[in-house]
Amino acid sequence: MRSITLLTAGIATLASGAWAQTEIQFWHAMGGRLGEVVEEVAQKYNESQSEVVLVPTYKGGYEDTMTAGIAAFRAGQQPNIIQIFDAGAATIINAPGATIPVADLLDQYGDGFNANDYIEGVRNFYADSEGKMIGMPFNSSTPLLYYNKEILAEAGIDAPPSTWEEFEAMAPKIKEAGYQALAQSHSPWIFSENFHSRHNIQLATGNNGYDSTDVEILYNNDAMKTHWSKVKEWLDAGYYGFYGRGWGDNQDAFVQKKVAMWLGSSGSFGGLKASTDFEFGTAYLPYWKAIIDEPKSTFIGGAAVFAMAGKSDEENKATADFLNFLDSPEVQYFWHKETGYVPITNAAYELAKEDGYYESTPDAEIGILQLSQPGGEWTKGYRLGFYVQIREVMYKHYEGIFSGETSVDDAFAKIEEESNDLLARFHQTVN
Amino acid sequence: MKRVQFEHSAIPYLFIAPQIIIISIFFLWPSAQAIYQSFLLEDAFGLSSQFVWFKNYTDTIGSDAWLQAAGFTLIFSSLVTFLSLALALLLAVKANEVLHGASTYKTMLMWAYAIAPPVAGLMGNLMFNPLIGDLYNLMNQFGFEFDHKLDSVDAGFVVVLISVWKQVSINFIFFLAGLQGIPKSVQEAAVMDCNSSTRRFWTITFPLLAPTTFFLVVINITYAFFETFGIIDTTTQGAPGGSTTTLVYKVYQDGFRGADIGGSSAQSVVLMIMVLALTVVQFRFIERKVHY
Repeated sequence: MRSITLLTAGIATLASGAWAQTEIQFWHAMGGRLGEVVEEVAQKYNESQSEVVLVPTYKGGYEDTMTAGIAAFRAGQQPNIIQIFDAGAATIINAPGATIPVADLLDQYGDGFNANDYIEGVRNFYADSEGKMIGMPFNSSTPLLYYNKEILAEAGIDAPPSTWEEFEAMAPKIKEAGYQALAQSHSPWIFSENFHSRHNIQLATGNNGYDSTDVEILYNNDAMKTHWSKVKEWLDAGYYGFYGRGWGDNQDAFVQKKVAMWLGSSGSFGGLKASTDFEFGTAYLPYWKAIIDEPKSTFIGGAAVFAMAGKSDEENKATADFLNFLDSPEVQYFWHKETGYVPITNAAYELAKEDGYYESTPDAEIGILQLSQPGGEWTKGYRLGFYVQIREVMYKHYEGIFSGETSVDDAFAKIEEESNDLLARFHQTVN
Repeated sequence: MKRVQFEHSAIPYLFIAPQIIIISIFFLWPSAQAIYQSFLLEDAFGLSSQFVWFKNYTDTIGSDAWLQAAGFTLIFSSLVTFLSLALALLLAVKANEVLHGASTYKTMLMWAYAIAPPVAGLMGNLMFNPLIGDLYNLMNQFGFEFDHKLDSVDAGFVVVLISVWKQVSINFIFFLAGLQGIPKSVQEAAVMDCNSSTRRFWTITFPLLAPTTFFLVVINITYAFFETFGIIDTTTQGAPGGSTTTLVYKVYQDGFRGADIGGSSAQSVVLMIMVLALTVVQFRFIERKVHY
């Protein structure tokens, strides 16, 4: 697929004369089906105009892509556009000079930039503390509950749980029917970061890390400890299945009908549709009624695209042109439909509604509806340095809780201590 | 003793130049970079950096996570080295005695050697997959309550098993060659003197294999320290709870995934010193006991 695109690009270059065209590089982390869709988007773009040739390159997972970008930047070989994921946002945003903020790029080289074009949940996540967008949200997802309709019917349950209290009541029935009730991929993302957003709890000092790098993490709180004590109870009772850290291992448990419900990403929708042989539905991420009456919106996950610095005006202009194309309603709608990632602009969302997409596929709207739920003080996002390592710390101690090696209290005390060490180190690194 | 003095000319230098260039590019230069970086606190993109003396060392070496990785590396390397050598020796001795169809046995035992560690890891991963893994199901059928996703001993078992399996065939080849290098006359003389084959093995064969064994010990320790990276990355990725994280894997996690270049460099410098020390010990103290 990629070689075909390259070939087409090459032929196009030859045909129209190499000097007339600007080539820009786009490094991304979208593998599998998602990668194919990126290639299709690139092809659409290259066919839509004749001045710019966009060359997308798959660089591996999110971490690999970021590492490749960092190494390339240090060697002066950086691509024009790079996709950086949520946990890496602090690393790239706290290195001013590595990127050109997209707001500036589009103002200078493109048609201007209006943050209000974006849906609310997406607007702030990759922005600086003044709300200026540094990275442009690209593949934005949010955690959702997927449920197997057949298993729930078999267990005599009408609707998926909207609260964890409801979940606790139905889990024994599902177990009786011979299934585990729940599994999840990515507990730091869903059961930590988004847990705070859903319940409107602050997760780090300094405005969740947006105001400064001199911050401390606040994960060691009662709500988290209560939640994780419950999760451990569910695991011991056989309601919760842990299939390892791997995203796919837990998703497979859902696909293979071992578990009735799975917490995953709205971006998993397209892949699940292709791999399941049963009817499934999507529902909002459950919350604890005991903690909050009206749940708040969740954070966006996924990744953003950043325009890297050190490029010629000509290339920057081409980059701005592509970013405009990428955020156009038609492309966003196409991306949303093919992958399940949420449309990030209001216009794209309207287009999807007008087209009747949600009438035929109501489950595809759940993600964006959840992101459009009322926000609170702590639902804008978070910005924490060395967050890749902090997630590693969380995984480590969550596994300790699951295996019974550590108590919930000790685990969170350790998470707090080790995360704060990392944050202090990051603060020194960038200052 | 007669000393031979060659004329000095450029030609010998020319001959060793390729080797020197390779060592410089792939070892000396990166090592120098690592040492230099280990004293700097630098943001990932290299836009700002400050000299911090030993802060990177004090921050990372001695942290709980590092000590855990060091402990695991020690146990893991000892187990992998010992088990893959012992098994290979046993197999080589037995295969050497086989008369009928010897080459079939030997080929079967050898051919896993061409498998790269990540591939071995992926195969192991499939066999231990909780949903479809045959070995995973087998272990649980025997009532082990095997769960390498949560139990650190089980996870250690998985990575040791795969690492040993992958390494046995290479060791087997060397041991077999070593065994075939032992003169027939020595063996026949031993048979005349002693009836017990076990005793003959420990007093005649094993000492004569010492050069091979020593060479393999060095190779296997390096393998267990560094090359098993591919196996760990494709199976446990250091989980659960960091219990299967080796020192090399931690260097990768912090530096390549976490973009902490200073801390990762400091760890790799310490690792380099550890391996250098180990190699010195091997050559100074163990090699003396080896008779060529």
